[in-house]
Amino acid sequence: MTFRFRDLLALEPLTADELTFLLDQSKPFQAIQRNPLKKLATLRGKTVALAFFENSTRTRISFGTAASRLGADTMNLQAESSSVKKGESLLDTVHTLDAMKPDCLVMRHSASGAADFVARHLEIPVINAGDGTHEHPSQGLLDALTIRDRLGKIDNLNVTILGDLQHSRVARSNIHLLGKFGCRFTLCGPAMWVPRELEKIGAPGVSIRRVFKLEEAIEDADVILVLRVQTERMHEPSISNEDYVHGYQLNTERLRRAKPDALVLHPGPMNRGSEITPEVADGPQSCVLEQVTNGIAVRMALLYLLISGAPEDGSSEPPAVPKEEAQPQQNRRSTDKKDLSHASD
Amino acid sequence: MLLIKNGRVLDPASKTDAALDVLLDGEKIAELAAPGKLSADHKNAQVFDAAGLIVAPGFIDLHAHLREPGQESSETIETGTRSAARGGFTAVCCMPNTKPVNDNASVTRFILDRANKACGVRVWPIGAASVGSKGEAIAEIAAMKEAGIVAVSDDGKPIATAKLTRQVMEYSRSLDIPVIEHSEDVSLAAGAVMREGVTSSRLGLRGMPAAAESVCVARDVQLVELTGARLHVAHLSAKASLEQVRWAKQRGLQVTCEVTPHHFTLIDEDVQYDSRYKMNPPLAAREDREALVAGLTDGAVDAIATDHAPHEPALKDVEFDKAPFGILGFETALVLSLEQLVHSGRLSLMRMVELFTTGPARVLGIERKLAAGQPADLTIFSTTHEWTYDVKQSPSKSRNSPFDARTFKGAPAATIVAGRIIYKM
Repeated sequence: MTFRFRDLLALEPLTADELTFLLDQSKPFQAIQRNPLKKLATLRGKTVALAFFENSTRTRISFGTAASRLGADTMNLQAESSSVKKGESLLDTVHTLDAMKPDCLVMRHSASGAADFVARHLEIPVINAGDGTHEHPSQGLLDALTIRDRLGKIDNLNVTILGDLQHSRVARSNIHLLGKFGCRFTLCGPAMWVPRELEKIGAPGVSIRRVFKLEEAIEDADVILVLRVQTERMHEPSISNEDYVHGYQLNTERLRRAKPDALVLHPGPMNRGSEITPEVADGPQSCVLEQVTNGIAVRMALLYLLISGAPEDGSSEPPAVPKEEAQPQQNRRSTDKKDLSHASD
Repeated sequence: MLLIKNGRVLDPASKTDAALDVLLDGEKIAELAAPGKLSADHKNAQVFDAAGLIVAPGFIDLHAHLREPGQESSETIETGTRSAARGGFTAVCCMPNTKPVNDNASVTRFILDRANKACGVRVWPIGAASVGSKGEAIAEIAAMKEAGIVAVSDDGKPIATAKLTRQVMEYSRSLDIPVIEHSEDVSLAAGAVMREGVTSSRLGLRGMPAAAESVCVARDVQLVELTGARLHVAHLSAKASLEQVRWAKQRGLQVTCEVTPHHFTLIDEDVQYDSRYKMNPPLAAREDREALVAGLTDGAVDAIATDHAPHEPALKDVEFDKAPFGILGFETALVLSLEQLVHSGRLSLMRMVELFTTGPARVLGIERKLAAGQPADLTIFSTTHEWTYDVKQSPSKSRNSPFDARTFKGAPAATIVAGRIIYKM
């Protein structure tokens, strides 16, 4: 198995085999999180550029930690303190970063498709750390890894996603990943936030339904993914927090309507008391802290794969925990030229 | 004198489809006659051999942005009209959303003055409906008409309120000038960068529903009933809007509409974060495109117009959300029409020519035909010549075309304005 993509921009184009490969690649890095000494030298001498054009704490720290535990250096760009505030175009900003010769660009941006746009202009691998309301691929992977660890599988599960579906890149990445394993989705939230088109965004055959009553939506769920209400992305008149809590907060009483072993996931940051109560967030069904830990493992795997190149021996075996003496694979970029026709427009 | 011989003449006004020679004398058509049968003395005439080519009345584009004055880094009247000539257009109506806005006679005269010094394509300015197209006070429509505008529009956006639209319609009716509407309910479309649908949901891009257009068309059609004005719906993209136009036509209201080549060629599913696919109205759903082709076929649609909207590369080479709306249109309009409508068997060649000639002429209230005494404006084109569009070769200052590198069958062969060949393949 080789990873045929130079970048990781979205989970939608990946096959089930490729997704399984990425999850398997993350396993050895999970083990490292439990070691007293967590630092490897696999990417020593490599540099990861972290360009966060939109505020982020956990994802940025997670990618930064992943890079550092692989021995890579990082360079950081944060929108508030950067030339972006001074009106520089996105293209100029990333070209400037690129000129400092990083080996990979991890970027978050408020515009959907921004990572895709940047990747068309750069030679180095680009990892999408969240683009607008499109996708958040590493989140989708870490959620799947967490579910697989707890339930032993990710096939044919009933997955209920609660909240503001329309503006959720996490929901899209989860649908595109778990949908390839036969999972069935129930989307639940205020109707304005769960547009009917979402029922058709999956690959052909993926079952996605909308249900507007929370109790009904979680009845058969194996996994409940609670989303944060994203006030910063609202374009429509919002509904009041009280009304949202009234209809859609996941609390202990409501959770009792679900299967007793149903998992509760939340991508964070949580608004305790809003979309989720503290009792549920901290309860035995909650996976939120495992999600955070797994996030580092997934991101280490992604950085390792995209910077070092995937194993090209055709074996489907995940590599052992990368050893210090392991030779980095040849970078695949030269054989994976992209269409750069736009660059000359 | 210019003799165009051996061509196949297609003239929708007289329903002529025949092998005819056409003799031009100065700025007028002198005579049409069977091959070799001209009565006039033409021994000294320059000869254009149109063997294997179609000879049609000069194409009119009802909808273009030439960007001058004010945005000359994207296009000028000179570069825009050269691109239009290459596309086979002999006359181009330019929208008033320049800087400053063409809302008074001095701007109109400036545009016409520039056009006179350009490549020869006739430029017919469209004046703003409201001052600065701001939707508050009515622009100086009477003075602009005297200076040479052919219609009024606040294109780029709709005339802001129903009340102002009504007033503009009343005034324009008294001046016998059509109102061209960019139909959009701006509250439904706020923040949107493409058509709402499965694709916008997948891509996480904000979409506007088809109703953003059709709600405004419905409003305007009701106001035409109230005022008796001539309304022309610009770049119509939605099936529901076309149904409004059909209803108005059945009632005998003077409502017309145009469709762009990109709307009958592409759909929302073609959008992939590439800003060359971003325009307003946005690419619509598959069923809308089907409805547009049906309307082009059965007469509900009156004209094909380009909405040529150049934006310099730096403006378009940004995040999809940030890119301005609009794509180039002149040089791909005829060939996309041939590809999508004629070669596919949906439309006759005659009907397609009508949509570029007598159709837009009727919208403007003028004649367009090949007959002795008429202006010698002709478009000569091939339906078979194979070539590949290379936008880098365009005389336009901009490069924002999704059709770059597309291979076409058919091409403009010559563009003749006032008896002069201004473009030859």
